[in-house]
Amino acid sequence: MPRDSRRRRWLTHVMLRDHLISAAHLSRDDIEAVLDHAAAIDTDPGIVHGRHAGRVLALCFFEPSTRTKMSFETAMKRLGGDTVDMGAVESSSVKKGESLADTVRVIEGYADALVLRHPSEGSAKLASEFVDVPLVNAGDGAGQHPSQTLLDLYTIRENAGLDDITVGIMGDLKYGRTVHSLAHALTEFDVRQHFISPESLRLPRNVRYDLHEAGAQVREHTDLDEVLPELDVLYVTRIQRERFPEEREYREVAGEYRIDNEVLASAPDDLSVMHPLPRVDEIAPEVDETARAKYFDQAHNGVPVRMALLDGLLGGEA
Amino acid sequence: MSDTDKELRVSKIRDGTVIDHVTAGQALNVLAILGIDGSGGESVSVGMNVPSDKLGLKDVVKVEGRELSQSEVDVLSLIAPEATINIIREFDVIEKNRVEQTDSVTGILVCPNHNCITNADEPVRTEFAVLDDGVRCSYCGTMVREGDVAEHIDTRGSGETAL
Repeated sequence: MPRDSRRRRWLTHVMLRDHLISAAHLSRDDIEAVLDHAAAIDTDPGIVHGRHAGRVLALCFFEPSTRTKMSFETAMKRLGGDTVDMGAVESSSVKKGESLADTVRVIEGYADALVLRHPSEGSAKLASEFVDVPLVNAGDGAGQHPSQTLLDLYTIRENAGLDDITVGIMGDLKYGRTVHSLAHALTEFDVRQHFISPESLRLPRNVRYDLHEAGAQVREHTDLDEVLPELDVLYVTRIQRERFPEEREYREVAGEYRIDNEVLASAPDDLSVMHPLPRVDEIAPEVDETARAKYFDQAHNGVPVRMALLDGLLGGEA
Repeated sequence: MSDTDKELRVSKIRDGTVIDHVTAGQALNVLAILGIDGSGGESVSVGMNVPSDKLGLKDVVKVEGRELSQSEVDVLSLIAPEATINIIREFDVIEKNRVEQTDSVTGILVCPNHNCITNADEPVRTEFAVLDDGVRCSYCGTMVREGDVAEHIDTRGSGETAL
């Protein structure tokens, strides 16, 4: 069987209608529909004012979150709806040993849509099999974070466009779920993808396989300097301390993937530096003051993009 | 000596299924995948490293008193793609089929990713899509190469194929 049809078959196999589980399920048309709607909302929030009054979004976060959770909450409230929050795992029935399947089945009775973050890969797909209302994967372990990808793409499109561009993705590519989702989605566009990481944190095999199957233009590097002058976008992610057995080893590796204005000296003037946040010290604060820094705009874009996404999932335009 | 003559060395069965031309060394994995562990009371004969004109060496599995359906045996394509299935009645082969590749397998394999939700205490059966050169977890996306599939057979129970 040809590779394309194999891949399509796999995607169809795991595709779940009316849920957002993986960026690999999003077509270019899907993405552009959400981004166009987000842009319209950004320009005139009044177009969706009160559209989802009386509707409730359930926030089910089994792991900590600031930006994702708050931006979904803000998005739902700006659509006229409201939110209910499962709260911290420590104070919920999960602490008593309740399964994820039971938890979401109960919560769906309280809400019109669910947003789920969970530490296990595949948790969003599993949860979606037990609910009838739309479910958004807000991070499943080291798997996927597709709504983050939509706001990343929105930010890239605003600054560099989404075709005939070169994007560098740097840091923890092995465990970074935002990286996996973004890499999948960029295959829908004419984008040259460069992955920069230590050998031990390179892209996982399944993501490399998907990129290869999609015919993406991909190169891997251990040294940012090899590719920095070519980049339109540099997407930086945090290298996490807990991925290394020794503190010394972590410090050595992390130090090589930290950027400041000196490191960026060889970059094009119009480079966009992005980061899903939170950062620790992988981007020096001095970069914040330059026109290249887009990461705070990126975080702010979470609201219109998630408004557009929720509007679509709840029966609006996207 | 023909393959049929060699089968006689193991034992001839009256009624049941002979799974022939199993990749050498995979007979016990065949039983594990089919969930045959003797608890059902069926007689099971296993021949390992039997000389074969076609394969050099092969394994043979004979299950007395049970006719395995095509969908039951297709999952064997994961570890024994050359296997043939002979349905036996009154010592005669009344049906001979090859295993066919499946699109996915459910409940047969354990995901090697310990952080996959299928390894948590959830009401879910594992599901793997079958690719050209291995299988892939439908939940977390973890891939298992063709040669490593047998290491991940769930020996706790039988599964089923999904076509």
